[in-house]
Amino acid sequence: MSEDDVVARLRSGMTIGIGGWGSRRKPMSLVRGMLRSDLRDLTVVSYGGPDVGLLCAAGKIRRLVYAFVSLDSIPLEPHFQAARQHATIEVTEYDEGMLQWALYAASCRLPFLPCRAGLGSDVLAVNPELRTVRSPYADGTELVAVPALPLDAALVHLNRADAAGNAQFLGDDVYFDDLFCTAAEHAYVSCERIVPTAELAAGGLPRLRVHRWMVAGVVEAPNGAHFTSCDPDYGRDEAFQRAYVAAAKDPGEWARFTARYLTGDESAYQAAVAALRAGASA
Amino acid sequence: MTGLTESAGAVGAVGAAAGGRSFAADGVSRAEICVLACAEAWRGDGEIAASPMGLIPTAGARLARATFEPDLLLTDGEARYVAGTWALGQPAPGPVEGWIPFRSVFDLVWAGRRHVMMSPAQIDRFGNANISAIGEHARPARQLLGARGAPGNTVNHPTSYWVPRHLPRVFVPRVDMVCGVGYDRARIAGPVAAEFLDLRRVVTNLAVLDFGGPDHSMRLVSVHLGVAVDEVVAATGFDLAIDGAVPHTPVPTPAELALIRDVIDPAGLRDGEVPE
Repeated sequence: MSEDDVVARLRSGMTIGIGGWGSRRKPMSLVRGMLRSDLRDLTVVSYGGPDVGLLCAAGKIRRLVYAFVSLDSIPLEPHFQAARQHATIEVTEYDEGMLQWALYAASCRLPFLPCRAGLGSDVLAVNPELRTVRSPYADGTELVAVPALPLDAALVHLNRADAAGNAQFLGDDVYFDDLFCTAAEHAYVSCERIVPTAELAAGGLPRLRVHRWMVAGVVEAPNGAHFTSCDPDYGRDEAFQRAYVAAAKDPGEWARFTARYLTGDESAYQAAVAALRAGASA
Repeated sequence: MTGLTESAGAVGAVGAAAGGRSFAADGVSRAEICVLACAEAWRGDGEIAASPMGLIPTAGARLARATFEPDLLLTDGEARYVAGTWALGQPAPGPVEGWIPFRSVFDLVWAGRRHVMMSPAQIDRFGNANISAIGEHARPARQLLGARGAPGNTVNHPTSYWVPRHLPRVFVPRVDMVCGVGYDRARIAGPVAAEFLDLRRVVTNLAVLDFGGPDHSMRLVSVHLGVAVDEVVAATGFDLAIDGAVPHTPVPTPAELALIRDVIDPAGLRDGEVPE
């Protein structure tokens, strides 16, 4: 599949989970595909990074479900900040572990999972729909009942996959990509390289965490996580991320950034990034 | 099990020398006092994961392990537990002793075998801490990170805080969003919220504080060399508990200073975070 093929299967109003963590191994080529679409009113679920920022800037998000949005080496995400400070998005802000539980409950087809996280905090105050549950056992303790968060679609980026959707992370962390896939009705994997199935096991069996039964489609997207990290294939493009943040702080600069990088298709984006690098090293 | 953490020979010598503390050390910087004060947060923790957020807390955790708390587990900032002591801003050269992807971090949090040091944008008298947003949550004046793991961290395991600039706008009567849970809020929320709540200390560029005041309210423990008690009181937007004469925060021993200056932060990054 291509990025545009995946985006064609998404609909306005859907709840879409995006894998990765902060500015790490985000399915950015799929996000860029969404920017070019007429999708709108999305509920986006993410351990957020520039995926969230770009979708905020493009006005694609109605509601964001998150525990944080950060660019890691740059702590605050400027487009997310602007969206919040102008109240252009609705939000469901959870603790990080609650968000995992919400995806896990959906994956297990449970209505909720109990946890301690959230008790005593304003996470319960800003999400008045959250309920607590009392243990039916002798302890009788009261816990937060984190509701299942089923996704219409999940988008994740891994290092390698076969054409059937078996996918592998080669860095140190799978993040929650497999949970996003299992919480979703349909999951789409982009990857650095599609390889024959026979080559996957050589990358390490414990790294084969996303399985073809979880996956509805695969996109080969070399450098597709740019400018987020995709270890060990490549690290975060810190210079580009700095340029992104600088541009985001000024409407005129952002218009120029958009014109240069985000109006064409993925190959145009990659060509513009390559041209920037060639210019920087010349 | 304990005793597996490797320590270099020089580090063992430092541990032995750490008893001879003195306030007379010349040329000790404020940042170095802060590094030691952060390290002290983990004293007595034994074999748990130390999770420092930020540069000074990271230096402190490495100093603690290199000296008086050798069984602490420390990560490379990504998904590996790494043994040994290494420099801020440099890759960890030491042997990898474990794999700790984010999912395992949450398991660790919920098992309680961790002591985190976070940096709040706002903190109040009972230790409620905000890292999410300043102003009304529906439309904040300034959006920050979000609650991150603070709600779960605080009700599950020991938590300390690092404040690089001790100001009234950080030490506020009431935080705009309770992310890290404080003692009063935990008490209201009930026994499950309170049973593992354990706020240890707040280290700032001016002082060390804990929650040993009435009803677990914030108490001034010590002021750093060159800081007056009045200065801390004026920089705090609520009443601090103060028990009699307030001592100075301990300064690092020569051996600890050598570790900070030569091993943990040879590039001097600490002075950028805590100017004199």
